[in-house]
Amino acid sequence: MGYQTSLGGTGYRFNDLKTLMAKATPLRSGDCLAGVAATDARERVAAQMTLAAVPLKRFLQEALIPYEEDEVTRLILDRHDAEAFAPVAHLTVGDFRDWLLSEQATSASLRNLASGLTPEMVAAVSKIMRIQDLIRVAQKIEVVSAFRNTLGLKGRLSTRLQPNHPKDDPAGVAASLLDGLLYANGDAVIGINPATDNYHAVTRLMCLLDEVIQRYEIPTQSCVLTHVTTHLEAINRGMPVDLVFQSIAGTQAANASFGVSLSVLQEAQQAALALGRGTVGNNVMYFETGQGSALSANAHHGLDQQTCEARAYGVARHFSPLLVNSVVGFIGPEYLYDGKQIIRAGLEDHFCGKLLGLPMGCDICYTNHAEADQDDMDMLLTQLAVAGINFIMGIPGSDDIMLNYQTTSFHDALYVRKVLNKAPAPEFATWLQKMGIMDDQHNLLTGHTLPSALAHLQAKL
Amino acid sequence: MSDFNQALVTPNIWASLRRHTPARIGLGRSGVSLPTQALLEFQSAHAQARDAVKLPLDIQQLQQDLAEQGVPSLRLHSQAKDRSLYLQRPDLGRRLDADSAAKLKRLATLPGLQHNRRQVVVVIADGLSSTAVQQQAVPMLLAIQSALQALSITISSVCVVEQARVALGDEVGELLASQAVILLVGERPGLSSPDSLGIYYTYAPRVGLTDAARNCISNIRPGGQSVEEAATRLIWLVKESFTRKLSGVALKDQSGGSDALEVAQGRSFLLE
Repeated sequence: MGYQTSLGGTGYRFNDLKTLMAKATPLRSGDCLAGVAATDARERVAAQMTLAAVPLKRFLQEALIPYEEDEVTRLILDRHDAEAFAPVAHLTVGDFRDWLLSEQATSASLRNLASGLTPEMVAAVSKIMRIQDLIRVAQKIEVVSAFRNTLGLKGRLSTRLQPNHPKDDPAGVAASLLDGLLYANGDAVIGINPATDNYHAVTRLMCLLDEVIQRYEIPTQSCVLTHVTTHLEAINRGMPVDLVFQSIAGTQAANASFGVSLSVLQEAQQAALALGRGTVGNNVMYFETGQGSALSANAHHGLDQQTCEARAYGVARHFSPLLVNSVVGFIGPEYLYDGKQIIRAGLEDHFCGKLLGLPMGCDICYTNHAEADQDDMDMLLTQLAVAGINFIMGIPGSDDIMLNYQTTSFHDALYVRKVLNKAPAPEFATWLQKMGIMDDQHNLLTGHTLPSALAHLQAKL
Repeated sequence: MSDFNQALVTPNIWASLRRHTPARIGLGRSGVSLPTQALLEFQSAHAQARDAVKLPLDIQQLQQDLAEQGVPSLRLHSQAKDRSLYLQRPDLGRRLDADSAAKLKRLATLPGLQHNRRQVVVVIADGLSSTAVQQQAVPMLLAIQSALQALSITISSVCVVEQARVALGDEVGELLASQAVILLVGERPGLSSPDSLGIYYTYAPRVGLTDAARNCISNIRPGGQSVEEAATRLIWLVKESFTRKLSGVALKDQSGGSDALEVAQGRSFLLE
């Protein structure tokens, strides 16, 4: 069956649900590249009006990618929780927006609803929401995860300390790591992108991070962002793996292009759980995603990139992750052209992930070939923090010298904690006070001198 | 740049650790924010990186540099006719234009080429940093060339391609029926590294392969990985892949078997 409407005397017809979803998506370059975007602004709003009238139940009947062809579709439909869905089962997409904004949608009711929603339902409603709607609803949701500390609590904002170095040099990594800790960053994870996938280089970094965490008794976790199969190998050889990392996408074919499948992810999760390295929780997975990844692997099945992204969250939630990070501006201007498109995409991703029950963070970032700058990042950072984001990146001076892009700095995290009165994760905040890095009002103490707990490092400066 | 009133800024006593890394550490703070000096330096670096993306590759110079080293090269072009189209249409940057494809088809019919089962093609792609390619493609190629000799593998052709992306190497390799393709590409310029070269290696290249079929060695530049280190890594991959007849995720880079724990303990000041 098709979907149709008329607007201003013009009739519009959309052949199927995925076409309707794509045409209803706010303008972005990746959908134009894929040839699935609305041809003009009027067709887009006609699609949004049509989509608003589609019953949520329809998404359980019309799979956007056939069940037989795609294991992500099978995961989403097989795991759908009809009982949790019941409170909104009678609503259309448009009604669902009203419901989400209403007093009926509370922190508790939204938590119970998550397993009753499919990624496609969540993507659909986001397409007819404004920025303030995406913020308002996300702000109601609290998603807490834990490993060696507790992340995502209301009033908290955590950071991934990202001490990347172009040669994986241990002293270079340690210099950025110390800088970050002295700027009160690193509670979400201390996570390095290695310069190579070389097994020995990767495990060297794993050992370095583990020893620093143990030596200074930091209540946080480490991760070296290498392929999931390298993590498995490292675990099998007895290396200290806290979190298993993997980039994931929303279709089976896109995941295959990353060299992963649901079964490999399952195997890695089980292996990490068996190590039992968490102290206050057992969320052992760290996923990264980003709009455009399925299209860039030519594995999008005619879906728009934001719907594909929401389906990646459908994959992520199956593995109870500690962290899910939308690397929103990393992919480049072919998919998100400028600051305006990056900002909206970042807020959509956060909203969709949270509504599906995920501990969302965002790599608020841009590349040097995109039409974006620090002002755009400040806007997205401030808006995401208002929306209650669990974590952001923290790197020295916003400049990633290994991956060659700009993301949020240690200073940015302190700025946004200040203006919104947010604190680091509780266990980490206690450690910062014990070390003399912050006071009990979360004011930074470091600068002129090293805190006394680190006085022995004076000789190394 | 003018000097600002340092009394208003909280400096970082650990700024001396910058000797270990090009990262922007120890910047100090104004309140909790970036001091004016660091802010303006960042803006200046961003402006330079933006300009680097737009600077075209001087292809005649590159071909001349190669010729001086005794390396003939073939000039090709992707379907993206200019930089603006290249940035917006990655699909066009992944395929050869009609003239280029025809050139390679003619080359493939030459006698000798199809009979040698131990040969690779090298593709030099401008990518997002012509600076990287201009400065480092030639020394990188020479290092690869001499290392391959030890494996009795020859380079059948060197192609220089304008407005090219990584996957374009697959088409070149397929048209020339190469055992493997080694693609050198200018990586996206960073604030502190507008000159970074990457290598992508694919065994049995053909159109339609994904990243899972490729191995990547990145960050080759004076402040990053040296040409020699990159060549060592690459040759390990080539050797393994010719034995196992595959590349990509299934072929893990395990070159250099040093013990992980020893190295880490020995070299980080945080652990001494």
